[in-house]
Amino acid sequence: MMSFETVMFVILATLTGGSSVAVVLSRQMVRAAVWLLITLIGVSGLYFYLGAEFLGATQLIVYVGGTLVLVVFGVMLTEPGKTERVTVGPTGWCLAGFLSASMFFLLVLVMLNSGKSSSPAVDKATEWPGVGPIGLAFLGLPQSPNQPGYLLPFELISVHLLVVLIGAAYLARAKRKPASEAGGTVVRVEPVPDAGEGESL
Amino acid sequence: MAEWFSSWLPNGLAILGPAFVSAVLVVSFIGGSALLLIWAERKVAGRMQDRLGPTRVGPVGLLQSIADGIKLITKEDVAPAAADRFLFRFAPYVAFCATFCAFIALPFAPEIVPWDLSIGVFFVLAVMATEVFGVLLAGYSSGNKWSMFGGIREAAQVVSYEVPRSLCVIVPVAIAGTLSPTEMAEQQAGFFWNWRIFHDPFTFLAFFVFFITATASCKRAPFDLAEAESELVAGFHTEYSGIRWSYFFMAEYGSMYAVSALACLLYLGGWHPGFLPMDLRDLVGAWLGNIGYGCILVGKSYCLIFVMMWMRWSLPRLRIDQVMTSCLKYFLPISCGLLFGACMWLLTVPSHWAAVVRLILAAASLIGMVVMGVMLLRPLPAEGQHGQLAGVWSRQETVS
Repeated sequence: MMSFETVMFVILATLTGGSSVAVVLSRQMVRAAVWLLITLIGVSGLYFYLGAEFLGATQLIVYVGGTLVLVVFGVMLTEPGKTERVTVGPTGWCLAGFLSASMFFLLVLVMLNSGKSSSPAVDKATEWPGVGPIGLAFLGLPQSPNQPGYLLPFELISVHLLVVLIGAAYLARAKRKPASEAGGTVVRVEPVPDAGEGESL
Repeated sequence: MAEWFSSWLPNGLAILGPAFVSAVLVVSFIGGSALLLIWAERKVAGRMQDRLGPTRVGPVGLLQSIADGIKLITKEDVAPAAADRFLFRFAPYVAFCATFCAFIALPFAPEIVPWDLSIGVFFVLAVMATEVFGVLLAGYSSGNKWSMFGGIREAAQVVSYEVPRSLCVIVPVAIAGTLSPTEMAEQQAGFFWNWRIFHDPFTFLAFFVFFITATASCKRAPFDLAEAESELVAGFHTEYSGIRWSYFFMAEYGSMYAVSALACLLYLGGWHPGFLPMDLRDLVGAWLGNIGYGCILVGKSYCLIFVMMWMRWSLPRLRIDQVMTSCLKYFLPISCGLLFGACMWLLTVPSHWAAVVRLILAAASLIGMVVMGVMLLRPLPAEGQHGQLAGVWSRQETVS
């Protein structure tokens, strides 16, 4: 007789694993995206099950609400037709196989090591730290003597995101100069459909 | 509730039991409140358009929604030939499940919370962000270009409006110092000037920005571009019929309630009536007190939903570029400024000044509400003067 925790874990893990296999086997982009949706929800369910609610909710808002919506949005805009299927060449198979094999190897190594590490095991009775300590650690306030703050990585990522944002705005801005001034390259200026909007970007 | 279950069930089932009971209660709340709200919507629409709305089924047409529900269940469940049948059948459940998940962390009363998460507000925002996926899939899988346009518009609109909405949620979170909706509501106990909306001028504005962006992210008119019937037949749900179609509507009315309850918990004092200095649970006991608090929260949320309906039937639909412009060029900078202003207010303004401003804001709002109520409810002349019409028409200029 398995314990209740094991049964719940097996259900969540089967959901996650099964749907991630379906992502790979599915030949249509949007169907693959739907299976990926179930995979991501399963992973966030595992986080919730471990008591890491903040991580689980972040997983949902970033991947499901952001990334996956953009994936499907992109597919809808560049609709390849219902009959067309995604095909993978031999180079793709080799590259993907190598990447996933090395990822799997790495994960197995980490898992085997984590059992015998000397760090004190997390007591199930103690509460997991909430979102407060995470935020303070991002502001550079160390939460315990052997755990440093994360101000530098946090600032690096913010600057990186800012650069990406400015780059995206630059790429998406309305191009006002006519084609003759664009310096040799033939750029046909499309009439901007919502002319009032693009001007300030 | 878990203790009561564990007295007569083994360990694992004692966890599943309360979860099952809460899930059943939440689903029946969403269903029941959708039935009531659809009736209310039709009545409000009727009143606004000078007609009666549903009157035949039951007293004042109250059973109309149930009759419609029976009709929808018995309708044939068809999928168009061009549709991706699996996704077409799957999409309504995605939309409904997202709304259902939002209710998991949404408190009804201090001790009526399905799951009292310490990050409840963030969780509600996160799962409501996934609701767009159902609409997007419905639009894509219908195999119909109008549905497709509806889905594309919905994705662009919701992904954009999420940003100012989240920023306006961060304003009260920064003031409260917690992400738990239960704690945030408890901090606003007492008289109504303790409500977060009156905390400072920035939160006062942030409430309105939050309400407008939340309306937009529920794809309610004047932001219902995804189903604009004058342009796109019925948008993303053109091809749906029967019970699957009604799942989308349950999801829509459910998420209307969820954002309204969130607005109440964040800004409008949660379950506190605003004129009661003591705890209701000490007055009438824990059970009745909790139920009373629940009624107050649901009542406040229904008032906000009424305002949403009022807006829907009063304002014309925006164009898609106007919707995007108003979000990205106005609401986004405004909400960033409000967040900055609210934080600066917390850091710089001395507490006695803040208290004065809080009282002025609360008093001004109360006076405004009373004046509006008097203007709306004052008796109208039953018979018009010579050359004028009676009733509401008497306020118009002279009829020639």
